[in-house]
Amino acid sequence: MAIHSKDFRTLRLDGVQRDFGAFNALKGISLTIARGEFVALLGPSGCGKSTALNCVAGLLPLTGGTISLDDTRIDTLSPEDRGFGMVFQNYALFPHMSVARNVGFGLAMRNEPRAQIAEKVAEALRLVRLEGQADKLPGQLSGGQQQRVAIARAIVVAPPLVMMDEPLSNLDAKLRLEMRAEIRRIHAHLGSATIYVTHDQDEALSLADRIVVMRQGEVRQVGTPEDLYTRPATVDVAEFMGFRNMLPATMAGAGSGTRARVTVDGAACEGTPVGPLAPGAVTLAIRPEDLRPQDDGPLAARVDQVEYRGRAFFGIATTPGGTALHFRAPSRVAPGTALRFGADPDRILIYGGAA
Amino acid sequence: MTGAALPRRPGLRERLARRGLDGTTLLVLPAALAILALFVFPFIEGLVLSFLPKQGGPLANYAKFFGDPYLWKTIPTTLGIAIPATLANIALSVPVALRVRRMKRQRLLTTILVIPITLGTVLVAEGLLNYLGPQGWLNRTLMALHLIDRPVRLVHNYWGVLWSLVIAGFPFTFLLTLSYVSGIDPNLERAAATLGAGPRARFRTVLLPLMASGLAITFCLSFVQAFAVYPSAVLVGAPAGSTRVISIAAFQAAYETYDDSLASSIAMIMAAIQLVIVVLVLAGRSLFYRGPAGGGKG
Ligand SMILES: Nc1ncnc2c1ncn2[C@@H]1O[C@H](COP(=O)(O)OP(=O)(O)OP(=O)(O)O)[C@@H](O)[C@H]1O
Ligand SMILES: [Mg+2]
Repeated sequence: MAIHSKDFRTLRLDGVQRDFGAFNALKGISLTIARGEFVALLGPSGCGKSTALNCVAGLLPLTGGTISLDDTRIDTLSPEDRGFGMVFQNYALFPHMSVARNVGFGLAMRNEPRAQIAEKVAEALRLVRLEGQADKLPGQLSGGQQQRVAIARAIVVAPPLVMMDEPLSNLDAKLRLEMRAEIRRIHAHLGSATIYVTHDQDEALSLADRIVVMRQGEVRQVGTPEDLYTRPATVDVAEFMGFRNMLPATMAGAGSGTRARVTVDGAACEGTPVGPLAPGAVTLAIRPEDLRPQDDGPLAARVDQVEYRGRAFFGIATTPGGTALHFRAPSRVAPGTALRFGADPDRILIYGGAA
Repeated sequence: MTGAALPRRPGLRERLARRGLDGTTLLVLPAALAILALFVFPFIEGLVLSFLPKQGGPLANYAKFFGDPYLWKTIPTTLGIAIPATLANIALSVPVALRVRRMKRQRLLTTILVIPITLGTVLVAEGLLNYLGPQGWLNRTLMALHLIDRPVRLVHNYWGVLWSLVIAGFPFTFLLTLSYVSGIDPNLERAAATLGAGPRARFRTVLLPLMASGLAITFCLSFVQAFAVYPSAVLVGAPAGSTRVISIAAFQAAYETYDDSLASSIAMIMAAIQLVIVVLVLAGRSLFYRGPAGGGKG
């Protein structure tokens, strides 16, 4: 019966749906994940990321669609027969077992010999930097320590697929970076597929081979981190990927090369179209770090506030038309200063339709 | 003396509050008085009375009880009914509670189950007589079907009392068990499942250890209820033989031989036995995990 740690080539989700009463939490998710791949699920709170993981793990029955491993359907198997590792968003550590017994639980269920369990548990605890905590109860650990026990518990059985639901959300910045590297290393070491849920786009960009952006129970875009960072397919995705400036503009014609010319706030500027554009209203998407004060920039605005974020200053300015601009400046600018702003045309994305 | 202000001596109210005494604490007083009047006072009176036998030294009653098999054998008889009944109730309650906690209409079911608690053992015993007695429906049906040719003896014996205790005690045990089971974070079982634990293993490794401490308390409360069994032992049992429980001995001492002192001694012995069992079970409870049954944040 048990298919524990069975190897596979691809995991396929086909139109996976999950309803809670009349509410569609997942509206037909399709996705193929290859063995060894690191996939990040990125999306705003409540978009269905945890629900998707629960469906793959077998903890929530589907209301539509199929999940298959190579050519075998697995969506009717119970979770214990799927044998996928899972790090729960709220940890779900067994409160009555020591850290070591928590981590060794999966191995004990697989009836591994005691000595081997002890060895693997010690190794897993070392990976998550919890060597000295083996005998404590989960209730005696800090939130971040509990989170790391949950990671150790999921990976120690070397599952073919590991799912992690925001596994680093409770760690400090330094430990988060260290654990990020550790997770990447564990992933390579196990040769497993990893599905990693996060809100943090930096984490997704640095860890994943592919990023899946979800919104309201749908997959909006799947692509490499570079794709998503430089060419978000829609305004929604762009907004989520850090394009904070969404400016209403009007098409003015073709520009040089593949570029297009638009009019924004009465001034002309060039940008890079994403997808086909019709004449009329369009939206410009620009990251704050790409929008800078330029003497000949197309956008005039008055600075409202500026803050220091290490290495650079970031600020907000308002155009005469009332649009807020988020920009980056090399030095401090006094509030009230009138400036002109511009960006590299490659970094100005143009989407069809009004914002 | 320097000019620094001496720390102000806190007022009485503040000092009391630091020790956890404030206006709200006074609400405990009526309850404490009631316990004193209804429980502690009669208890002490009974204790004193038990050492003043009709004849003989202060311990004569106790010597009489433990010297007379007709009296002391009521202890094993009572334990022989109360412990199996309590265990049976817990064994029934756990699987039912595990089922019910996932149901949507829990409220309705629990309401239905509370009703037998309000019925009490007398009504349950009468019901049993109607169904299982020699002229009860079951025997008459079986005879009409010619499966048996004379009534099977289902009541007026040990099993009759056990049945009635299980029926009367189940709702209470069940409701307590349900509250303990509902306190266990469902994510813990889900985590165990993803780690390869099937339903049995999940029960053994996660649910049972987290329930154990609650079940120990449930056992104590249900046991104390079953131990004082009187009506069903008389009505559906064999009060002169296999179900001559200790409360019958106490009743006979008090109202048939009018020996209040002996009756008090028997009551004290009952209390002592219950206390010993409860203390043993609660001591065993310290071996179990007793913290919150959640799995982390949230
Ligand atoms: N058991 C449930 N009953 C009803 N609705 C649910 C249930 N579980 C989840 N939902 C709804 O489904 C949607 C998706 O929930 P989910 O937990 O998957 O979000 P998420 O993307 O993981 O969010 P977060 O990043 O905040 O963890 C939410 O709108 C939530 O309210
Ligand atoms: Mg979630």
